[in-house]
Amino acid sequence: MTDQAGGSTSTNFLPDSLKGHEAKVAYVAIITLGVLLSFVWSGATRWPQEWVLPLEGWITDGINWLKREAHIFGVQVKDITRAIGATLKLPIKWAEYLLFRGMKPLGLGPLPWVAVTAGVALLGHWIGGIRLAMLCLLSFLYLSFFHLWKDSMQTMAVVLVAVPLAALIGLGLGIWVTRSKRAAKIISPIFDLMQATPHMAYLAPVAAFFAAGPVTALIATVVFAMPPMARCTILGLQTVPSDILESGKMSGCTQRQLLWKVALPSAKRTLMLGLNQVVMQTLAMVVIASIAGQPGLGHKLLYSLQQLRIGLAIEQGIAITLLAIVLDRLTQGFAYREVDHFAATKSFLQRNWHWIAFIAILIVSYVAAEYFREVKILARKQTFSFAREMNDGIREFNKIAYPFLNPFKEWMTTYVLLNIRDFFLWLPWPVFVGTVALAAWRLGKAPVLWLCLALMASFIVTGFWVETMQTTYLVLISGIFCVLIGVPIGIWCSRSERVANITMSVCDTLQTFPSFIYLIPAIMLFNVSIFSNVIAIIPYATVPAIRYTYLGLKGISPVTIEAAKMNGATPSQSLWKVELPIAVPEIMLGINQTIMMALAMTAITALIGSTDLGQEVVRAISTQNYGRGILCGFFIAALGIIADRLIQAWASERKKQLGFNE
Amino acid sequence: MTITKLMATSAIVGASMLTASFAYAEAPESDDPIIIVQNNWTSQLVLSHVVGKVLEAKGYTVEFAPSDSQLQFASIASGDMHFQVEAWEGSMKSAFEKAVADDGMVDAGSHSAVTREEWWIPDYVLETCPGAEEWEGLNKCADQFATAETAPKGRFVGPPADWGKNYADRVNALEMNFQAINVGQAATLWAELQSAYDQKKPIVLFNWTPNFIESKFKGRFVNFPEPEPACFEDASWGPNPNATGDCGATHGGWLKKAAWKGLADKYPVAWGVMQKIDFSNAQIAAAALLVDVDGMEAEEAADKWIADNADVVASWSN
Repeated sequence: MTDQAGGSTSTNFLPDSLKGHEAKVAYVAIITLGVLLSFVWSGATRWPQEWVLPLEGWITDGINWLKREAHIFGVQVKDITRAIGATLKLPIKWAEYLLFRGMKPLGLGPLPWVAVTAGVALLGHWIGGIRLAMLCLLSFLYLSFFHLWKDSMQTMAVVLVAVPLAALIGLGLGIWVTRSKRAAKIISPIFDLMQATPHMAYLAPVAAFFAAGPVTALIATVVFAMPPMARCTILGLQTVPSDILESGKMSGCTQRQLLWKVALPSAKRTLMLGLNQVVMQTLAMVVIASIAGQPGLGHKLLYSLQQLRIGLAIEQGIAITLLAIVLDRLTQGFAYREVDHFAATKSFLQRNWHWIAFIAILIVSYVAAEYFREVKILARKQTFSFAREMNDGIREFNKIAYPFLNPFKEWMTTYVLLNIRDFFLWLPWPVFVGTVALAAWRLGKAPVLWLCLALMASFIVTGFWVETMQTTYLVLISGIFCVLIGVPIGIWCSRSERVANITMSVCDTLQTFPSFIYLIPAIMLFNVSIFSNVIAIIPYATVPAIRYTYLGLKGISPVTIEAAKMNGATPSQSLWKVELPIAVPEIMLGINQTIMMALAMTAITALIGSTDLGQEVVRAISTQNYGRGILCGFFIAALGIIADRLIQAWASERKKQLGFNE
Repeated sequence: MTITKLMATSAIVGASMLTASFAYAEAPESDDPIIIVQNNWTSQLVLSHVVGKVLEAKGYTVEFAPSDSQLQFASIASGDMHFQVEAWEGSMKSAFEKAVADDGMVDAGSHSAVTREEWWIPDYVLETCPGAEEWEGLNKCADQFATAETAPKGRFVGPPADWGKNYADRVNALEMNFQAINVGQAATLWAELQSAYDQKKPIVLFNWTPNFIESKFKGRFVNFPEPEPACFEDASWGPNPNATGDCGATHGGWLKKAAWKGLADKYPVAWGVMQKIDFSNAQIAAAALLVDVDGMEAEEAADKWIADNADVVASWSN
């Protein structure tokens, strides 16, 4: 591999850093050589078939061997994984008994909806007063009166187990990483893998080891929802001001006390962002989980879409979003709840009326449910639906909007998207590898260089170069749009509290409202096309760009801004010269997340119809070609890791230039 | 000779075992639930509820587990799910055969119902392209179906890539002026159809029968040369003397039932019922119609269907 040789020798004979014009010369040289090479050697555009490493087959065989024959200390591996699965299933089972199965041996039905709704509303009141209570009450009434109760409870059963599990594991791993340099080295890339590998890639093998059903859904959910918690824990603990830790030490805290009583509480803001992400991601996984055998809203939603009942799917999607918002507000509210300083002066009844009321309602509703079925669950005739009207509305909108939007799509496709795609497909791999390697070396020296080279080599020698480029260009285009839209909105939010409140609710909705639903109207308007794929990625992947920009700007201490003002900075100077540079680490974390989300979404766009790695992942499921699925999933993640390392390296370089010390 | 002998012996042994199990085994043989797979289209949902109710009437505990139509076979093969009432030749053949070959899933027999999948056009297409019912006629107005991405070729909206169909090959073999675009999932096909239908835009897409499209959209299949084995072996067969595969899809694709291999031992009575279960095209259409047109829920529809077809159901469980 000529370019790799070129890249690595350059470390020897070139000076420690290249000056601007030298770098330009190097880039031009790499590109010219690569293009010339592609004229004389066709292998530079498409890796020769006979050189392809049959890694795909090895992985498939390996997994089949693990599944059928592998033993550890005489116990079959599959039996071990099944036992773990059975353990994980216990808490889910209990949640299921409570929420929708009922306890047959005791002769008790599931919790009546009246009791659950009242309970959640009371909890809301206890945590956040009347406003939160109303939110909880209305949301759960919606579930009941739109005939979504049973499906919602089936979904809740897994969510109630997944959220705490993901949060605890994430917190634990996060703390571990901040304690141990070695852990950081191993775990951080694993997080990238977990988040960026599309779920479809590992659903099939996980299902093989843990049995399809709620447990597989739980594992897939936790894998996806846990990394943000861990990342936020790391970020939170690393950014605890040293004087706080110092004062903790001075007052004689032990290591443990320092962590639990000082560091974690002062990192609470970031930790709670992590928890928010766990809740959102968990609910975002509901639909994917149904592919792995989880009954509930996700399954019903896919069915509705399959029958082209978009209105019904929207009602089910709203239910998922409402569950997410209620859970999020309850947990966030609980964390920031004010301590009741007058508790001691109140009577027992005043202090505990929430509990007493709940138990009373519970008993009454159980008894009433024996006589009135409506108390247990509403029959369909007693519920509403505006599905038909929404369906007609969407069709009408489509009829009116199509003549206007379609020319725009055709224009974008012909002049922008197709050109960029053709460029990436034409690109000989030595050019791509060479330029990325040079950039990696300039920004991050040897470690980044070697990592990037290894990852790029992986998709070239296994023969997936073309598919990888399809994904690269799709993510690149979408990512640029996301950043262009997301960062300005984030800045706007940081200027106005009101805008921020509205935007954050919209973000929650975008993240949890299943993307499958707006895929269908998007297809109606834009057909199966590249444009639809880009449109499908943008809403979901823009969210982190907005959120982290806002958080980064919000987190700047008022003293700094005040100092800028005192020095005579105009608001725009303050933003560009002071606030944005300080917020760069967090904005970069956001862009990093945007790229990860866009990559994760390529598996969803495969459901529209595409020809990239995401499509390969989906296709591998039908043939049980575990190797192909995992490899293509890994390549998607590899792209994310390359982008991440380059961005991180650039960011730290930039910070050095600005005079921040890490 | 030995083979026929072996087959005869095993048939006799098998039959005697079957009768033995019927004579001695008492349903339910186990309280463990029988897990029936549910997919996300109407007929499958109603039919799986029908099967569930028949087994429940025998005293079994039945549970339903949703699954992806491709992922499900691996789950059946490993015994995590037990029975699938609708396995389609068109979309699931490769995954089905893989799971049977890997040993773990068994073919529980075919339904009387046959399936067909083919290129399909809405009727209004015939106004602008009068010969479109036949593939040659359709090919003559290929340009009506072109878009920015496929021009100057016509655009054929094909099935999901993982359904194991290769329409690009057929287009080449018949030298048609079309490009096949694969969608990601069936819902995408319907979204394309709905959008085109509302605007009376020309569209040709992949469709199959029986499904709910017949009750909502007016249209027809495009006729291709009827397939024969020779079509795929002998290049000189068919319209193109230089290519194999220059024909359409069969009009009588199979619709099978799939079951976990261990089922026969664990629940012999249920296994006997499952083998006898048999739906015809008309029965499937009637079951789907109860949901798609009458607006019932799958479970209600199953009750209604069982009531309407009591004799059929009785013949399975005896």
